[in-house]
Amino acid sequence: MAIDIDVARRLGDRSIAARFTAGPGLTALFGPSGAGKTSVLNMVAGLLRPDRGHIRIGDRTLFDGAIDLPPEARRVGYVFQDGRLFPHRRVRANLTYGHDIVPAANRWMTLDEAVQFLGIGHLLDRWPHSLSGGEAQRVAIGRALLAGPEILLMDEPLSSLDTARRSDIMVVIERIRDELKLPILYVSHDRAEIDRLATSVVEIGE
Amino acid sequence: MLSPEEWEIVALSLKVGGVAVLATLPIAFAIAWVLARYRFPGRVVLDALVHLPLVLPPVVTGWLLLIAFGPFGPIGRWLESWFGVSLMFRWTGAALAAAIMALPLMVRAMRLSIEGVDRRLEGAARTLGASPWHSFWTISLPLALPGILAALVLGFARSIGEFGATITFVSNIPGETRTLPLAIYSALQVPGGEAMVTRLALLSVALSLGALILSEWLVRRTHGERQRHGD
Repeated sequence: MAIDIDVARRLGDRSIAARFTAGPGLTALFGPSGAGKTSVLNMVAGLLRPDRGHIRIGDRTLFDGAIDLPPEARRVGYVFQDGRLFPHRRVRANLTYGHDIVPAANRWMTLDEAVQFLGIGHLLDRWPHSLSGGEAQRVAIGRALLAGPEILLMDEPLSSLDTARRSDIMVVIERIRDELKLPILYVSHDRAEIDRLATSVVEIGE
Repeated sequence: MLSPEEWEIVALSLKVGGVAVLATLPIAFAIAWVLARYRFPGRVVLDALVHLPLVLPPVVTGWLLLIAFGPFGPIGRWLESWFGVSLMFRWTGAALAAAIMALPLMVRAMRLSIEGVDRRLEGAARTLGASPWHSFWTISLPLALPGILAALVLGFARSIGEFGATITFVSNIPGETRTLPLAIYSALQVPGGEAMVTRLALLSVALSLGALILSEWLVRRTHGERQRHGD
């Protein structure tokens, strides 16, 4: 599924621009901090409106000036840097949050499959504040997958983890890329991470 | 312990306070939400208007209500001709006065808790398929709930303590507008009323203290939660 992105947006005195196409696999957005990598993901997710440009996934147009789908209609999963789990819901209710509201036809994974895939069966009754960084990130990934996305955005998902947890989560990301074959847009400023995970690299910045 | 007359006073106070707070809740929440989330022309004016009853002498607030809701007042005339309703000298008028006086406290408490809701969580909910409404009901509102409950308790305590605006607006009528503070005031004027004053005053202290402790506990719960989640 081809992802075709050409967006520009002014934020204060910064101007952010990105233009690239991404195929299947993991496309890393690479560049210095402050170049607007996260803003590009936010525009794809529908959380930030581009000043101009277009965003297309396959034959679906998410944004082109005239069309501007709200985030809930985009089928774009988002794994945030800080996990961003809902603090007032247990892990199980976090996982099923999107799963329960998207149309049944959009789902391609059951709760059991996601729990199995991520190895988080023992966490289901825990509260988010009691999870370690690595556990929280697994739950955040599961929550995004269960909402039935067509692509997955990941914003430095390893940055808050120690070395051991990092390689655990990298294995999970590789399996999403290779077994689930879900296209991923991946933001990082870590060269080693990108060398290991990326199928292609897009430079963002001046 | 309490005479039937005193029970009637307590029941009336609870009714006036309860109705005042429940009727104000949605309005106060809407104002708190707008003040916490939006920047618009007139925001400062709205903020000041809401806070006005907090700083005005209550007797002035009561007088303004009298002008607005009296038989010849703009709102009073309209209520009378369209619904045949008058708030004058009625317990509903006492509830209105209590509601106006409780509004600023309720808006403040709710606004703080709404400002404490991490808006990025709402963004996360949207990417998971939630409409703005669904995200409001499932994320924003539950996270702001402790502040809303605290506002209810504080507003209720303020309402049952209301004196100045009430006596100015709806007078001091036994069984209709004579709430706890007005009854204490009346008993003070009567020779030999000291015993009744003492009982009603102790009751007042107990109700207010209970409400303060409850709201403090609710506020602490919110803060505790926020610290745990490292916000």
